[in-house]
Amino acid sequence: MARAVSNKTKTINTVIAGTLGVLMFFPILWIIILSFKTEEDAVRAPLEVLFQSGWTTDNFSTVQARSDYFRHFSNSVIISLGSTLLGLVVAIPAAWSMAFVPARRTKDVLMWMLSTKMMPPVGVLVPIYLIFRDTGLLDSRVGLTVVLMLINLPIIIWMLYTYFREIPGEILEAARMDGAGLKEEILYVLTPMAVPGIASTILLNIILAWNEAFWTLNLTAANAAPLTAFIASYSSPEGLFYAKLSAASIMAIAPILIMGWFSQKQLVRGLTFGAVK
Amino acid sequence: MKLKKLLLSAGTMAMMAVSGSAWAEEITIATVNNNDMIVMQELAPKWEEATGNKINWVVLEENVLRQRTTQDISTNGGSFDIMFIGAYETPIWGKNGWLASLDDFADDAAYDLNDIFQLVRNGLSAEGHLYAVPLYSETSFTYYRSDLFEKAGIAKPTEQITYDQFAEMVSKVHDPENGVYGTCQRGKAGWGENMAFVGTLANAFGARWFDEQWQPQLDSPEWNAAIHYYVDLMTKYGPPGATANGHNENRALFKDGKCATWVDATSAANDVKNPANSKVADVTDFFQAPKQATDKGTGWFWSWALAIPASSQKVDTAKDFLKWATSKEYFQMVGETKGWVAVPSGTRASIHEDPRLLEAAPFAETIKNAIFSVDPADPTRDPVPYTGVQFVAIPEFQGIGNFVGQQVAAALAGQMSVEDALSASQDFAVREMTKAGYIK
Repeated sequence: MARAVSNKTKTINTVIAGTLGVLMFFPILWIIILSFKTEEDAVRAPLEVLFQSGWTTDNFSTVQARSDYFRHFSNSVIISLGSTLLGLVVAIPAAWSMAFVPARRTKDVLMWMLSTKMMPPVGVLVPIYLIFRDTGLLDSRVGLTVVLMLINLPIIIWMLYTYFREIPGEILEAARMDGAGLKEEILYVLTPMAVPGIASTILLNIILAWNEAFWTLNLTAANAAPLTAFIASYSSPEGLFYAKLSAASIMAIAPILIMGWFSQKQLVRGLTFGAVK
Repeated sequence: MKLKKLLLSAGTMAMMAVSGSAWAEEITIATVNNNDMIVMQELAPKWEEATGNKINWVVLEENVLRQRTTQDISTNGGSFDIMFIGAYETPIWGKNGWLASLDDFADDAAYDLNDIFQLVRNGLSAEGHLYAVPLYSETSFTYYRSDLFEKAGIAKPTEQITYDQFAEMVSKVHDPENGVYGTCQRGKAGWGENMAFVGTLANAFGARWFDEQWQPQLDSPEWNAAIHYYVDLMTKYGPPGATANGHNENRALFKDGKCATWVDATSAANDVKNPANSKVADVTDFFQAPKQATDKGTGWFWSWALAIPASSQKVDTAKDFLKWATSKEYFQMVGETKGWVAVPSGTRASIHEDPRLLEAAPFAETIKNAIFSVDPADPTRDPVPYTGVQFVAIPEFQGIGNFVGQQVAAALAGQMSVEDALSASQDFAVREMTKAGYIK
């Protein structure tokens, strides 16, 4: 039975949640406001919300004219989707084996995989850069897809492992008794049952890959540069371009914001999957 | 007959296409997002049309560009065919054999290499070889509000004033109640930020980074006097939160009419004097950066230049672009299409003598004279083993400069005393220089 919550507590909770929500959204709101200002209004001190020179959409058209947004956008889509799907191909069998056929060292293996995320990426930049140079993968979408898959793989495996653990092993056993092989068991029994978990893993990893800036800036030049490089190009040592930088940021984050908005139900469902048994 | 003709013309067209694609090349240029580079990107299609080549522009933030290009060039990565680099990197990278030599530019009479100021060519050379050609060069000078000076009864200095006189002037025009601060100087930590100004200030006070034996001198009385002056000046007459202000922030403040004086890059003059961008375009004038114990090294020297990494596979095409982008014709094209006030300054003598430039930007002469007053080979009162005015042209300087910049910013913020800041800086510099083998 649900615990009774007084109206007063509800109001306080709502106010706290609302305030936190506004605080968290404020930087994005500020970027949106700046993107519609002129450069002069954008740097006016003290910063004003009012638009002295009126609203303008020039920043968006200038940004599009100066840099090829759609090329960067398509690179972002290919790299984030590619790395996530490639990651799933590796992670589903790995998570299956660790969840349903655990060995004595499975926990250690999981921890070891997670520990790779604790290392600063700059520590392996030069070796990876040299490997990419020698294999001709510098500034290629294939190379970036592989790297992003590898850096997100521990998270994908961990998430899937957690979801798979919630699925009763007896169901898989039943499938085996009905004559399902390993492939059928994973493809037709396990995967459909773990769809919410897999979906949220996909969404989260697309977001992580979309926003990844260290590797995407360091391993690309002109051909494979995604939207992170697009944003970075509007920062200047001589002359502030806050309004254009904000417009570029909005153009870069809009697709992922919209995707997140539409899939938030799925995302929350997946993230809380198995939280209450 | 008709068929034969058709086949013949198709064959000719195919051959032309093949030969065209064999000649046309795609080059990649890494650059920062400065105004002059944006103009170059807008005009570059003319070169592409004329040559059939194609350019891929990679625009990066300055620190990312420096890190990215260093990484690529030092590992022979070959990601870029042309890079925008500065007067600091060029001699170091040239000496390391990382850049293609541009000595053959001297043989091209139409290019007229000697028209580029000798001082700038020297700054972009190492061991007698030219490694980069400049898009623009700059020194520092004092921007001031002529209306506020007039109101306060201060005449425009005709000769180089001292920093003491400067502080006196600043005190008279400091009016925070009306939103005008006496002076805006760089406070944001970084060798290319606060240390650019502080470096020239220290030079003026007779300080030097190293003595002739590469022994760091940061705990000298000269450094102490310079940093005390800086902290006092900024605390009394600077805007609040000055440690967050770098070149960009001060430029925005000055253009918005919040600063009465500002000692900074001459390259910002076009922007500050442009009424479309600046509220103070008509009431801004300039004078030389002040001196104190000496007039040596009181204005800095910097140049944004184009260089070709030795790892590029398309050196000939890259050289062709470099010649086009730094030719007399290019600067004239900028003047004719973007206005003469937008022409990059401090590069070519013939452009600085062009009456169209002198009419549109009368301050161009002041900039030229200021640049000519700088000598990176003789930057300090006492002898030094290095070249560079606001930087020391050795690879270790970036780290040392950044560390000292952080200590100076901490002193400005009141988090530590000037003495502690300089003592920590000295210890760090000694450690780094010992590690690098300069000090035995």
